Amino acid sequence: MDLISDRGRRVQVEELNTTKLLAHAAKQTRDRKFDDVLIVDVDAHHYENENFGEILPFMENEVLKQLALAARSKGGRGSVLPSVPGYQDMGGRVTRYPLRSSEKTDPSRLRDAQLGERWMDALGVDYSCLFPTGLLNVGLHPQKEMEFELCWAYNRWVTEVALPQTNGRMFTQLCLPFGDPEGTLRCVETFGHRKGVGGWMVTTVRPKMPVYDNAYMKTYRAIEERGQTLAFHSGPSWGDHTFQSCNRFISAHALGFSWYNILHLTNWVVNGMNERFPKLPVLWIEAGLAWIPFVMQRLDHEFMLRPSECPLLKRKPSEYMREMFYSSQPMEIQDMDALECTFRMIDAENSLLYASDYPHWDFDLPSTIWDLPFLNDRARHNILGGTAHKLFKLPPRNEAQKQNLIKYGNYVEC
Amino acid sequence: MAEQFVGKASEFKDGDRQIVRIGEHEIGIFRHEGEFYAYSNFCLHQGGPACEGLTIARVEERLRPDKTSMGLHFTNDMNFVCPWHGYEYDMKTGEHVSNRKLKLRKYEVITKGNDVYVVA
Repeated sequence: MDLISDRGRRVQVEELNTTKLLAHAAKQTRDRKFDDVLIVDVDAHHYENENFGEILPFMENEVLKQLALAARSKGGRGSVLPSVPGYQDMGGRVTRYPLRSSEKTDPSRLRDAQLGERWMDALGVDYSCLFPTGLLNVGLHPQKEMEFELCWAYNRWVTEVALPQTNGRMFTQLCLPFGDPEGTLRCVETFGHRKGVGGWMVTTVRPKMPVYDNAYMKTYRAIEERGQTLAFHSGPSWGDHTFQSCNRFISAHALGFSWYNILHLTNWVVNGMNERFPKLPVLWIEAGLAWIPFVMQRLDHEFMLRPSECPLLKRKPSEYMREMFYSSQPMEIQDMDALECTFRMIDAENSLLYASDYPHWDFDLPSTIWDLPFLNDRARHNILGGTAHKLFKLPPRNEAQKQNLIKYGNYVEC
Repeated sequence: MAEQFVGKASEFKDGDRQIVRIGEHEIGIFRHEGEFYAYSNFCLHQGGPACEGLTIARVEERLRPDKTSMGLHFTNDMNFVCPWHGYEYDMKTGEHVSNRKLKLRKYEVITKGNDVYVVA
């Protein structure tokens, strides 16, 4: 098929074949013997809008369902989710975006599961946490009841339709309709026991999100009691007034992903949430790593001057931050000394979780962790999967993986 | 040094590319404005298939003498782009367009009559 190049010029390319596209990743997997290493990808995506035909009928409210289905029907001109401008495909340069629809799969089985297996096998990933893409903007929806309905329907579809078709290779941290605190708790209570549910995800792109609000305490308690995780997944929002001064997508993207996690983590820590829910594992996803030392230093500095504003804290903010978890992607790997300092400051050996973000444009391979010159073997194994194995209770897929988990002190019965 | 047959020059049109393997070498050969260029197909970023993506003209931002911007424009210089993440390389040099110190390994291309070979 043809791809549009500059000035309307067309370049002929073959149809997309994920296995072929990622052949070099598969070589890395073989060269590094990744089959012997349990690799857990805590942040990978699918395009759930391609499944809206199956998802939307799971909506509960008949009136809202009618609105959503009609908006997507042939001739319908509405949109189900808020969209923000952006050029993730770099004008077609990242070819898996424009070619995505050309990839062939078996129509008798969920396409997302088949595509997932192809890239996971190439990267050497044993398990991946399935996150949506467009639904990451659900926090921008003006109707909290529609936010609830969309999250509810997605959560049902993921647990009832999608995960059962992934041969146990995918798990999920389900979407919380955070704009609706009661609905958020209802999701945890309804879906929390379902197979493949490792935790819960809050999309952090929102006009206002008080993570400290009393309305959420029951939910945090419910998640903590279940031994599950609470993840905050960031994103860009070029339309946000903060980023409307950015005239290039690179600016809004580079700042946005970090910004929303900076904002909500700050509120989380300053309000003593770690003290209130000391056994609740909290993950901060897809913001890179460079922002973490920055926030640690800023908060520690001000905490010493203004302790009366955060009396629940018994230690420096950075100490609480070091006890939370961070996904690795997109890892800023331009200055190796700076990256090593970041790893030290966040205690990466125990807090960092490998994430690919595949198939998005800035995905990271497991080799980005494995090849770091300053890591010891224990840190490599922990980051790539050992720590996630303990968090999500994902069993090793072969004896060599099990022995490595035991060797580095990570093995737990699953 | 081994020579690997790439194809017939007469069938290798401007804008075409071939990927060939010689042992551990994986090489992308482009024909651009009548010349042949050959580079390692392993991206310097994360090892993606650097030569298998889009070929696209370089973008520049043009400034007026008073330093006001005239916006973004395509130039006549051609780049090729790694399809994994968008690392963009100069067709004529194999250098990353943002950091000229990053350079793909370049291979020699020779023609014998109508036959095109790459040397590794």
